[in-house]
Amino acid sequence: MTTPAAPLVRAQKVHKSFGQVEVLRGIDLDVYSGDVLCIIGPSGSGKSTFLRCINHLEKIDSGLLMLDGKPIGYRRRGNTLRELKDRDLATFRSQVGMVFQHFNLFPHKTALQNITEGPIRVKGISPTAARAEAEQLLERVGLAKFGAKYPRQLSGGQQQRVAIARALAMHPKLLLFDEPTSALDPELVGEVLEVMRDLARDGMTMIVVTHEIGFAREAASNLIFMDEGIIIEQGDPREVISNPHHERTKAFLSAVL
Amino acid sequence: MTRDTSPITGGSTVADGHTALTEADELADLRVERTPRPGRWIAIAVILVLVAMLGHALVTNARFQWSVVGQYLFNGFIFGGILRTLELTGLAMLIGVLGGIGLAVARLSENPILSYMSRLYIWFFRGTPVLVQVLILFNLSALFPRLSLGIPFGPDFISGSPNTFLQAFTTAVIALGFNEAAYMAEIVRGGLLAVHPGQRDAASAIGMTRLKSMRYIVLPQAMRIIIPSTGNEVIGMLKNTSIVSVIALPELLFSAQIIYSRTYQTIPLLLVASIWYLVMTTVLTLAQTRLERHYGRSDRSTATGVRSWSLLRSVRTSMPNRGATQ
Ligand SMILES: Nc1ncnc2c1ncn2[C@@H]1O[C@H](COP(=O)(O)OP(=O)(O)OP(=O)(O)O)[C@@H](O)[C@H]1O
Ligand SMILES: [Mg+2]
Repeated sequence: MTTPAAPLVRAQKVHKSFGQVEVLRGIDLDVYSGDVLCIIGPSGSGKSTFLRCINHLEKIDSGLLMLDGKPIGYRRRGNTLRELKDRDLATFRSQVGMVFQHFNLFPHKTALQNITEGPIRVKGISPTAARAEAEQLLERVGLAKFGAKYPRQLSGGQQQRVAIARALAMHPKLLLFDEPTSALDPELVGEVLEVMRDLARDGMTMIVVTHEIGFAREAASNLIFMDEGIIIEQGDPREVISNPHHERTKAFLSAVL
Repeated sequence: MTRDTSPITGGSTVADGHTALTEADELADLRVERTPRPGRWIAIAVILVLVAMLGHALVTNARFQWSVVGQYLFNGFIFGGILRTLELTGLAMLIGVLGGIGLAVARLSENPILSYMSRLYIWFFRGTPVLVQVLILFNLSALFPRLSLGIPFGPDFISGSPNTFLQAFTTAVIALGFNEAAYMAEIVRGGLLAVHPGQRDAASAIGMTRLKSMRYIVLPQAMRIIIPSTGNEVIGMLKNTSIVSVIALPELLFSAQIIYSRTYQTIPLLLVASIWYLVMTTVLTLAQTRLERHYGRSDRSTATGVRSWSLLRSVRTSMPNRGATQ
């Protein structure tokens, strides 16, 4: 990891409420290019919400969230921030890939079409070129022969790998994973984690919400423990896992390990 | 239901005289007897008698005047009515579908005023009888002929005197179409809501705008729900067009009425109309069944307990298109 001057993602005092419930209560965080950040924490602690804020699927209420030095979802206009127009928002989101817990593949499209949809419709790449690259991506996630299958004909693990390929096809600067393996049967978890480890090795910047402590320990460059909308503890994953300082971290880790 | 004549197991017939048959072998060779169902036979008998009585009445009762029915069945004036019924159905459904999509999108939009207006529209058009709507619009158009003709297709579409045929036709198309839009709006909305929200998230996440996400991801999936129900609406609309006979528009029913008001052959002409309505709805129903089968395909094959007949059917229907290439 080289040490770039500015972080790729910067969060400062990020707050977010749903109605009366404050889900994020001041998140401060920097993620540098090439980092693999794992976020762990109990259910309802706001992990998914924070991830969704990073590509503006949810709007933050206050604080600052930046990608590459620019505010996420907003444009500076004098002394105020203006929400981006739909088109600009879409352009912004095309730089950030997201992989969902339940894959969210497009069921009416084949695996290959799922991958080419973004490049063709969003980037305007020619179908031939998009297809050629999609086949390479399928090969990279170990599904070279599965391009013509529909999502319902694939196992959960295969679907999630297609979803990762779909995200990669946009050449994102950053990949967000929201519990990518928690909807999978245990025997299928490994194949997805394997793909993610490969990505980490290749230097992809990733933020991964996960309950896979083993993956966090090996692949993460940084680990965060979140609870009730704040970061309780963060640092080197091995250090946090084997030697947690806070009671809540200890309790959580002993429950999952 | 075919099990009654076939042995339980396929092969083991007594080929070898030397080996003694075990009890299981014996059982395997027995045939399954049909379970007696006397109730079913009694029901069939009763129904047959009733059908015979009805048929007898239909044929022998002079009031049906089947010769008159035959005389008018292929009458040119009746054909004109059929054509108008089909035109009305087509145009009203066109307005209904387009209006329905617009209303549904408005209803689901984040803009509270749009959403509220859409709800108000749907509330009004579903809450009052379409017959009343036709009459109101027709009478309004008699009061303000230019206004009513100016609404849909630009101000200079028709510049005639009130209560001409075109005015009745326009009134009918608008009234039926506007009413249908309210029902279609609910169907489209149901279809859009049935698409998992994760699909929109995934579309956004790869950088699609709302419009692209709607067009390439959400609508195609919603269509699976919208199209079969729309088929139902078309069939309903075809019959509903008969309502506009009240404003003297010679669609199928009113054409028949015009004839019998002269000849007093009321029943036979109503039979003629019924026969043609049945023919048209039957054709549409067949088309509808095929549509449903086509659009139900992927749902069936994802269902956990797929029964053999639906598997067979889905294999058959998926053969000609690329869905089958794997
Ligand atoms: N769209 C929403 N509207 C209202 N409340 C929401 C919404 N999304 C999330 N919440 C609430 O916000 C809180 C945090 O949710 P979030 O999904 O971020 O938690 P999480 O840490 O990802 O939990 P899990 O491990 O169960 O996925 C929860 O209490 C949840 O009920
Ligand atoms: Mg979550």
